[in-house]
This record gives sequence, C-alpha cells and structure tokens, in this order.
Amino acid sequence: MSTDTASSASFNLKRYKARQRANAIGLTLSMGAMVLGLFVLLWILSVLFRNGFAALDWSMFTESTPAPGSEGGGLANAIVGSLMMVAVTVLVSTPVGILAGIYLAEYGDRSKTAELTRFVTDIMLSAPSIVLGLFVYAIAVATVGKFSGWAGSLALSLIAIPVVVRTTEVPGSLREAAFALGAPRWKVALMVTLRAARSGVLTGLLLAVARISGETAPLLFTALNNQFFSLDMGAPMANLPVVIFQFAMSPYDNWIRLAWGGALLITLSVLLLNIVARVFLRDKSPK
Amino acid sequence: MSDTATATRNALELRNLNFFYGNFQGLKNVNLDIQERKVTAFIGPSGCGKSTLLRTLNRMYSLYPGQRAEGTINFYGQNILDPKQDINLLRARIGMVFQKPTPFPMSIYDNIAFGVKLYENLSKSEMDDRVEWALTKAALWKEVKDKLKQSGLSLSGGQQQRLCIARSVAVKPSVLLLDEPTSALDPISTGKVEELVHELKQDYTIAIVTHNMQQAARCSDFTAYMYLGELVEFGSTEQIFFKPTKTETEDYITGRFG
Repeated sequence: MSTDTASSASFNLKRYKARQRANAIGLTLSMGAMVLGLFVLLWILSVLFRNGFAALDWSMFTESTPAPGSEGGGLANAIVGSLMMVAVTVLVSTPVGILAGIYLAEYGDRSKTAELTRFVTDIMLSAPSIVLGLFVYAIAVATVGKFSGWAGSLALSLIAIPVVVRTTEVPGSLREAAFALGAPRWKVALMVTLRAARSGVLTGLLLAVARISGETAPLLFTALNNQFFSLDMGAPMANLPVVIFQFAMSPYDNWIRLAWGGALLITLSVLLLNIVARVFLRDKSPK
Repeated sequence: MSDTATATRNALELRNLNFFYGNFQGLKNVNLDIQERKVTAFIGPSGCGKSTLLRTLNRMYSLYPGQRAEGTINFYGQNILDPKQDINLLRARIGMVFQKPTPFPMSIYDNIAFGVKLYENLSKSEMDDRVEWALTKAALWKEVKDKLKQSGLSLSGGQQQRLCIARSVAVKPSVLLLDEPTSALDPISTGKVEELVHELKQDYTIAIVTHNMQQAARCSDFTAYMYLGELVEFGSTEQIFFKPTKTETEDYITGRFG
C-alpha cells in the first residue's frame, strides 16, 4: 500500500533508498555503541558484586581495619570516618553553597563579582580533585604538621560547594513575577527563589554527596588513613576510598577481600543517592 | 480619582521616551497617552519594542544593568523614570502579567496572599475575603475554591495564567500591564482571559501587548502600532483597524507585512 503511493508520487526513489541505507547503518552503529557501553557497565557491576558480596559479612561493620598480617578485621573505622567527614562536608557546603547560589540568582545579572563567581564555580566543578587535595594539604596539613579529618572535610567541601551553588539558581521569569508585585529583593530571595530552588538544592546536595563519597585523591594527603577506630576529627581519619586504595594493592587476602567489600558499600550507597536524587528531580519539573 | 468628570483622563503619559539596551536603542522618541480605565493594545512584529515599552512602565528594566530609559513617563503627576521613584511602591500600583504563567511554588491561596501581605496587614478573615475577591475577579474562584491549599503549579496552564492575573489584581493596582498574556494558552483559556480584560477595565487601566491582531481588535479601545522601536501610529482601535492613516500600519494589519 505504502509502496504504491510512494511509486505513484514523483519523488526520487533512489535517494530514498540511499537514505534508508544510511539510516540502517547509523542505527546499527549506535546500537553497537550502546551494547558496548552497557556491556562494560554490567561487567564492572558483576565483578564488583561477585567479589563484594562474597566479602560482605557482619564483622565488616563491627571490626576495624586489621594490621598487616593479622586475620579477619572489618571496615568499621573507615565507614564511620567516611560518614563523619561527609557529614561535616554537608554541614559546611550546604549553607555556603545556598548563600552563594542566592547571591548569583539575585545579583548575578548585575555585578562583575557575580560573573567572576560563576566562572570560578564552573572551573571548580571540573577541577581535578587531586589538585584540590594538594591545595588543602598545603594550607591545612603542611602548615599545622598533621593530617586530620578536618582537612579531609575541607577538601571534600571544595568539591561539593560548586555543585550546590549551581543547583540553587532559579529561572529569572519567576523572580521577575515576584518583583512585579512590588516585592523587595530580600523577600524575593527568601520567599520565591529559595522555595523554587528547594528541590534543586536537595538534588544537588545528594549528587554532591554521591560524588564525594567515592573521592580518593583529595583524602590521600589530607585525612590520610587511620588503622584504629577514631572519632577525633583533629587526627588522621580512616575512610573507605583510601582504605580500598591501600588494601586492594596489598598482598594480604583479607585486605583484598575488605577492599571489595568497601567498594561494594560505596557503589550501593552512591546508587541509592542517585536514585533518590532522580526522584526529587522528577518532582521538581511538573509538566 | 473623581467620578464626576466624564472627560477622559490619562493614567500614563509618555514623553520623548527613549530606551537603550547598552548601545542598542530599543525605543525611539515615543510619545503616547494611556487613558484611564481603557484598554490600550500594542501591536507590531517581533522585536518592535512593544514589550520593551511595557517594561519601562513598571521599571522592570531596572533589574538589569546596562538597560536605561530617557524621557519622562508621567503617572498621575509623578515621573516614574525619576531615580528617586520608589520602585517597589510603583510596582504595587502598576501590576504586570507575563507571557508564560509564573505561579510561585506555594499554595493557590499563598500565591494571592504573597503580594497583598507586602503592603497590607490583614486579619485572617480579611485575607480570606481578599483572596476570594481576587480569584472571582479573575474568573477562577469557582474552579479552585475547594483546593486553595493545593500548589499553584498543579493548575492547568490557562488556570495558572488566571491565577497570575488574580495575584496582580489582589494588590489593587491602578494599572495592569499584560505582556502577551495568552500566547501560551489554548483558545478556550484565551477567550476567558479576553473576557476578563473586558471585565477588568471597569476598574483598571490596562495596557496589553499582543501578537494576535484579532485579540487587539476584540478587546482594546486604543491601539498602538510599533515598528523598529518607533511608534508608527496610535489611535482608537476602530480607526487603526478600519481607517489607518499610514500605509505601514495598513500593510501590517492586512497581513501584507509582518
């Protein structure tokens, strides 16, 4: 039926066939790329899950990292250390990020300072995390002569803040509408900008946490690591990424096992955070 | 505002108005009177300056650096463009509704109350009355009276736009600026907004920017045709549409240009 109408019409069938062929080739190539990407992802996950779940047991959450050569052990100190440093990072970067975001949203069109802030924020977003770690090492570790959880949190905050800043921005049309009613600037910021940005900020925060919970480089020379259970933010602090980094390359079987367990923990929590963030993002844009 | 005089009175008088976006001149020496309790429509092709003109009337442009207006806009005896003019008070008296509906991320009730609370201290029952009054004015009350606590974002596009009109009406301004208020709406919602414009002019002076010439013809008393930042022709809507004096106006209205 459709070929009938096609041939009766006076368009160029040869060109049409060529286009169909190009279409088929393009489709095959993109399908291939998709399968390759998916395959690699599934491969990573299957290796991780197989090794990770085999390593998973209750002592992982109750015992601290074992000394070289000793049996058993767990990741309790690293899990707690990571949680504490991430928590401090969230406490620091949320207010700083939101305030900076409001500044950009409310005054962003006006000043050179705002333009500069936006520019720097964009650079910070893509800055290699090892550079940020090195920077914090220079200002907060080398100067006081000791590694600490605080320094680790500071390095992580430098990564998290720009993410929060960029998600606090709000469409200008909404702000104009509030100004059009005669609202003063602070009221617009508080009542409209912040409310409209709420779910965006939450999403940004979740994504920032997901990102920093796997960052190793900035912690390597700031929080370093700690073999023992410690709640002292002023001292070197154990954390999952660095433990994984050190244990995975060790000759000890129980260390390698724990590295897989830690990797699984991080992956699962990042996955969870991403899913939660996605749900918020969906709520944010009702059609 | 005395009701004794039947003679027309001007709500806004624009004199030698020039407007600049940085170095680009958006309005060129515009002179125009907007009469009280009448609907004045601004038509013209995209980029002709009609929205720019509207945004000078409530100083919306002041939000942005590099945008400035010269000349005078006389609003019941005071020059709006005077740097000493309090912009927030001005915007409470000259309300604006935008092209895209912009409900605030709060309940329908709070959307209306937001603007009212800025300048008036009303009791709960007075506020309830005001919200009902504004929503009734905007022909939305019947549709939302049972869901005032729901988010303004839950309404349909047409309802959202009427909510925005209600929000502007609620603060009891004397002038309402409508910047293409129906361009994002379906024909039925458009019809409702147009009826609304007709209702509202009993109490308010209305300036409306529109791309839809039938709309200008249907709901305005006066029409201004603008092109490239200049006011080409201004007169009663009847005269502009039936006996335009300039050929440019005629070409645009009859669709030979634009």
